[in-house]
Amino acid sequence: MLVPCPWCGDREEIEFKYGGSADVTYPREPESADDTEWARFVFFRPNPKGKMTERWVHTAGCRRWFTLIRDTVTHGIVPT
Amino acid sequence: MSRLASGGRIDRTRTIRFSFNGNQYRGYEGDTLASALLANDVRVVANSVTYGRPRGVFSAGIEEPNALVHVGNDTMLRATQVELVDGLEAIGLNGRGRLSSEPDTSRFDKVYAHCEVLVIGGGRAGITAALDASQTGDRVMLVDEQAELGGRLLGAGWNDWLDTSLDALHAQPNVRLLNRATAFGHYDQNLVLIAQRLPSGGRLWQVRAKRVVLATGAHERPVIFANNDRPGIMLAGAARTYVNRYGVAPGKRAVIFTNNDSTDLVASDLKRVGISVEAIVDVRAGEAVVGTIPSPVRGGGQGGGVRAVLVARLIGNGARREVECDLLCVSGGFNPTLHLFSQAQGRLRYDEALACFVPDAASPNVEVVGAAAGDLAGRGQGAIMPYWVVPSDGRDWSTHFVDLERDVTVADVRRALGTGMRSVEHVKRFTTIGTGSDQGKTAGINESAIIATQLGQPVAAVGVTTFRPPYVPVSFGLMAGRNRGDLFEPIRLTAMHPWHVAHGAVFENVGQWKRPWYFPRHDEDMEAAVLRECRAAREGVAVMDASTLGKIDIQGPDAVEFLNRMYTNAFDTLKVGSCRYGLMCTVDGMVFDDGVVMHLGTDHWLATTTTGGAAAVLDWMEEWLQTEWTDLRVRLTSVTDHWADVAVVGPRSRDVVRGLFPKLPLDPESFPFVAIRESQTAGIPVRLHRITFSGELAYELWTPSWYGLALWEAVMAAGEPLGITPYGTEAMHVLRAEKGYIICGQETDGTVTPQDLGMSWIVSKKKAFIGQRSHRRFDTARPDRKHLVGLLPVDGDQLLPEGTQLVLEGDGGIPSKIVGHVTSSYRSAMLGRTFALAMLQSGRERLGRTIYAPLNGHVVAATVTEPIFYDKENIRRDS
Repeated sequence: MLVPCPWCGDREEIEFKYGGSADVTYPREPESADDTEWARFVFFRPNPKGKMTERWVHTAGCRRWFTLIRDTVTHGIVPT
Repeated sequence: MSRLASGGRIDRTRTIRFSFNGNQYRGYEGDTLASALLANDVRVVANSVTYGRPRGVFSAGIEEPNALVHVGNDTMLRATQVELVDGLEAIGLNGRGRLSSEPDTSRFDKVYAHCEVLVIGGGRAGITAALDASQTGDRVMLVDEQAELGGRLLGAGWNDWLDTSLDALHAQPNVRLLNRATAFGHYDQNLVLIAQRLPSGGRLWQVRAKRVVLATGAHERPVIFANNDRPGIMLAGAARTYVNRYGVAPGKRAVIFTNNDSTDLVASDLKRVGISVEAIVDVRAGEAVVGTIPSPVRGGGQGGGVRAVLVARLIGNGARREVECDLLCVSGGFNPTLHLFSQAQGRLRYDEALACFVPDAASPNVEVVGAAAGDLAGRGQGAIMPYWVVPSDGRDWSTHFVDLERDVTVADVRRALGTGMRSVEHVKRFTTIGTGSDQGKTAGINESAIIATQLGQPVAAVGVTTFRPPYVPVSFGLMAGRNRGDLFEPIRLTAMHPWHVAHGAVFENVGQWKRPWYFPRHDEDMEAAVLRECRAAREGVAVMDASTLGKIDIQGPDAVEFLNRMYTNAFDTLKVGSCRYGLMCTVDGMVFDDGVVMHLGTDHWLATTTTGGAAAVLDWMEEWLQTEWTDLRVRLTSVTDHWADVAVVGPRSRDVVRGLFPKLPLDPESFPFVAIRESQTAGIPVRLHRITFSGELAYELWTPSWYGLALWEAVMAAGEPLGITPYGTEAMHVLRAEKGYIICGQETDGTVTPQDLGMSWIVSKKKAFIGQRSHRRFDTARPDRKHLVGLLPVDGDQLLPEGTQLVLEGDGGIPSKIVGHVTSSYRSAMLGRTFALAMLQSGRERLGRTIYAPLNGHVVAATVTEPIFYDKENIRRDS
C-alpha cells in the first residue's frame, strides 16, 4: 500500500506505523469518567467495512502523525 | 526417439547431456526437461502424491500439475519449466517432495523498480501493449515467465512477427524486458512482485507501476473422464507446442478429444509432422472419451501410459468403441489467466458464451488485454459447447481426476457436497483442490463447474475460489535475498565493542544490539563466570557497558509538565543536576517501560528507556505530543547512539572514579545518590551519574560515543589495581533481581500494573498521568491479582526455569489450578543459592507459604518471599 504522508509524499506502507481510529477522543477529564465511559475509551474501537478515519505516523521518515481516510475494503486512501 | 527431423526453436547444433532418474539422455539447447523427456520417449515422469499413479507431461508450461521433478536443492520443479542445461540431473517426484537439509547456496537479490507501465505477459497482446506504451516515452517494463518472449506464439509458428516486434521493442531505450520473470503477486496501488530466475539463483523485483497491463493469456483446461490421468494424456495446445516449438512428437498415434474449435489447428499440425490422428472425439458431435486403457507395465515400471481410449455416444445405448493411440489431446476450452487481476481486487464474471470467467471490473490503473480479457480468438476456441465431466459408468467417480497434482477426484467433490458443503471455498478446503504447488491452474474452474453441475446451479452462481499470492511457488531464499546470516537485520554495536571482542566476551542479542553476555576467563563456563562477575560487583568493583540504554533528549518550556503526564511519578520537584527513576503506563494502566530521567538544565531533560523499548517509547511520546497535547511546547530527539555509558559498580567504585577525577569531590555529601556531575578525565568530557541497577554504590559515566572506547580503557586502567571486573548482561540481571528491580518485558507482559509489582510508591496521587484512571477499574483494582514475589526453592541448588507455572498443591495432581509463573530465576553468589522472581496470584498474602512448580514429572517446592533478597535498607546503594 502507498500511504500519502502530507510532508513527504507517497511512501511505502512499511515506512509507517498504524495508529488506529482517529475518532477516539481522549477524555478531557479521565478521573470524572465513569467505568463504562472509561472502558469505552480504552477498549472499544470502530471496525467499519468501508471508509475509516485513521491515524498514521511516518516512523521511518519525518515522524509526523497525520490523519487520512482509508477504505478498508479497497485500501483506497483519501488524505484529509 | 520422438524428435522430429526438423523444426522447432531448439538449436540442434548444441547437444545437451542430462540425466533423469539416473539414466543418461540427450537434448538440445532450447529444450525444457519436459520436451527432452518426450523426445527421449520417457512417458512416466512422476508418481502422484496420494495414489502413486504414474504421471506424464500434461502441459507445456507453468500450469503443469503432473511432471514434477527434483533438481539439486529444488524439490518440486515443473519439468515444463526446467530449461535443459548440460549436466542437469533430475529425479521424478515420487509422492511428496522432500525438503533438502543442505543450506541453499543460490544467490538471491532484490531489485526495486518504478515505471509508468508494467506489462505482464510477453505474448502477442503483451508485446503489442508494450510497443504501444513505449511510443509515449514512458518507462515501460515487459515481464514474461518464459526463457524467451513470445508466449503462445512460440508454439504457433509466428516466428517472423515475433522477430520484428522484439527488434522494435529492443530498439526502445525506455523499455526494460525481463524474461524468466514470473509476476506472482499484485498488491495495492500496483505493487507487483516478480520472481526472476537466474542461473545462480534469482532476483526478487518489487515494481511499483502507475499502470499495469495484464497480458497473462489463458490456460487450457481439460475435460474430466475416467482414468484421465494416464501418461500420454495431454492438453491439446501443449501437444501442438511440443511439435512446433520443440520439434518433438509427443506420440505416434493421437486421439483428439474436444468441445471447441481450437483443436482444428492441433489436428492439422500433428498431421503435418506425420502423427496419425486416429479420431477426433467432439462432444459437439455427441461423442466423448469415457475411459482409457493403459499399456502393460514393463520391467522397470515404465508403462501405464495410454494404449487406447474408449469412445461412446453421449446419448443412446452406451455402445463403446476402442481406439488405439499413445497420445490423447484434450481440450475443454480456455480459462483467462486472471490470478493477478483477482489478487488486485478485480471482479470476475462468468461468460456463458465463452464458458469461462472473464474480467468484469478492474481495479484503478489495471488493464487486461488479449486472451486474459476473454479474447480467445487467438487460441482458436471459436465455437464451444461447455462440457466438464464425462459421466461415469457404474457410479465410480474415483478415477475422474479434477486436480492431478493433489490427486483429487470427482468422487471427493461429491463426498464434500454430500456432507452438505455448498461453497466452492469449503469444497476446496475439504478436497484440497487447487492447493497444490500448481495452485490448481488446470483444476480450479473445473471444480466450480462440477459443483454447479452436481447442484444444478449455473457456474456463475458457484463462482471461483479467491486467488491469493503467490501465483507460483516462491522460495524462501528469494524472499530473504541477502538478508541472511549477518545481514539478516542491522547489527548495532557500542563504541566499546572492539574491546569486548578482544577480551573474549560472549554476546547476546538485545533487540538489534550485540551486548556482552558474560566474559569467561580461561575455560570458565557461563555459570562460573557469572558468579565471579556478581561477586566482583558486590565485593570489589566491576564495570559494565550500558551504552545500549535508550536515550531521549527532551527540551522545551513544557517539558516538566510533559514528563508529569507521561510517568506515573512526578518530576516537578526534581532539581537540575539530579536524576529520578520513572515508570510509565499505557492507558489501560499496565506498565509499559521504565528508566531514569535526568534534569540537565532549564527546560532540558533526558530520559533513558529499556534497551529494547527505545523506539516504542519515543513513538509513544511523539504520539501524545502530536495528537493530544498539541499545546505543549516540547521537542524530542533520540540520542541513544550519541552517548557511551560506562557503569562502574561496587563498593570500591568510588576509588576507581577518584583515580579518574581526582579533583571531583566524591564523598556522599558532595556527590550523593541520584546526583549528576560534569567533569573530564584525560581530555575526555564525562557526565557522572550516581545511579545504580545493581543496588551497589555505582557511577554511570557518560561520554559522547566517540570517546566511549577511550573512557572504557581509562576506567579499566584506573581499576586494574583493584581487580576491576567487566561483567555482562547476565550478571546485571542477577544483581538487579537480588534487589527486586524489575525488567520491563521480563517481569511485565502488558498485563501487569505498578501496584501488582508492589510499586505503589511510584504512583502519584497528586497529579494526572497516562493510565491513572484505569488503576481504579474493577479488574485492575482486584485484590487477588498476580503480585510480584520472590521464590526461594526449598532445595537451594534447584534452579526453576523461567516461565515455570506455579500451583498450590504439591501432590502433582492433574488438573491443578495455575496461580502464577516464574519471571526471573538465577543462582546468587551472595545468597549461595538459587532464587527467583514470580508473578503469583494474591502473592503478597502468601508470603512465607510454600508454592509448587511441576517440572518434568517431579514437583519442586519453593517458599514465597518478598521480592528483595539483598540489602533491603539500601545501605550499600547510598553509601
